[in-house]
Amino acid sequence: MIVPYSHVLLFAGILFAMGVVCAVARRNLIMMLIGVEIMLNSAGLAFVAAALRWQQLEGQVFVLFIFAIAAAEVSLGLALIVYAYRRTGSLDPETYNILKW
Amino acid sequence: MTLYAAIFYVLASVILVSTGLAITRRNLVHAVVYLIISFFGSALLYYLFGAPLLAALEIIIYAGAIMVLFLFIIMMLRIDPSALRRPLLKEWLPAGALGLIYLAIALLVVSTDPASQTPLMTGLARPRVFGQFLFQKYWLSVEIISFLLLIVLIGSLYLGKAYARGADDRTEEKP
Repeated sequence: MIVPYSHVLLFAGILFAMGVVCAVARRNLIMMLIGVEIMLNSAGLAFVAAALRWQQLEGQVFVLFIFAIAAAEVSLGLALIVYAYRRTGSLDPETYNILKW
Repeated sequence: MTLYAAIFYVLASVILVSTGLAITRRNLVHAVVYLIISFFGSALLYYLFGAPLLAALEIIIYAGAIMVLFLFIIMMLRIDPSALRRPLLKEWLPAGALGLIYLAIALLVVSTDPASQTPLMTGLARPRVFGQFLFQKYWLSVEIISFLLLIVLIGSLYLGKAYARGADDRTEEKP
């Protein structure tokens, strides 16, 4: 007997909200990617708890896919960040305003 | 309150505190190290929920590969922390208020739902069972994911070479 599922869901929701705050409020491209990682991780926690709640293995399988998506997203995102940093010399998203006039 | 429930609450509070510290650090290396602590806590939670294979993968992929990749990039780019602007309180206030409303509603919904009071039973998905299930029912998804990873590999290689090629063009234009 662990805790009720709703407590796990609430915990994952708070963690997701922290990820949203990190992705939206921080003025730094790397911190924005870290926020996305936190969000994916909290979604995985909710999935595993749901797999335990309904005794179905599908939830754990989807967490495996979330891991793969997170690895893909972070490697491509960091490659993009390095490319953008070499072109503009800054990680502040507000400096990417070449198209603005 | 059983022992498992106590473990869950302790782990949840440790994860929330370390994540909260991670997203507010100005030094990116400190943020990444706090996040590694948070991911170790998540791995223990996976173990508590009966997914030992996923717990191992969480440590290997998240805390190992992804966070080390972040550390590499942070050390490669030599970011000056003082150059990063601190967000203003005025910009924070509306978003924070809306988030608090959502949190209050979530608490209300969770506390009034009668079905939410039944506690989770402990269970365990052995890695052998999990692997057989994965490759019998979801082998196509595994293939698609591996294809996605291949595409990402090619894409990041292209991005890494694209700048070098552009720099060559520019130096040729100059004279």
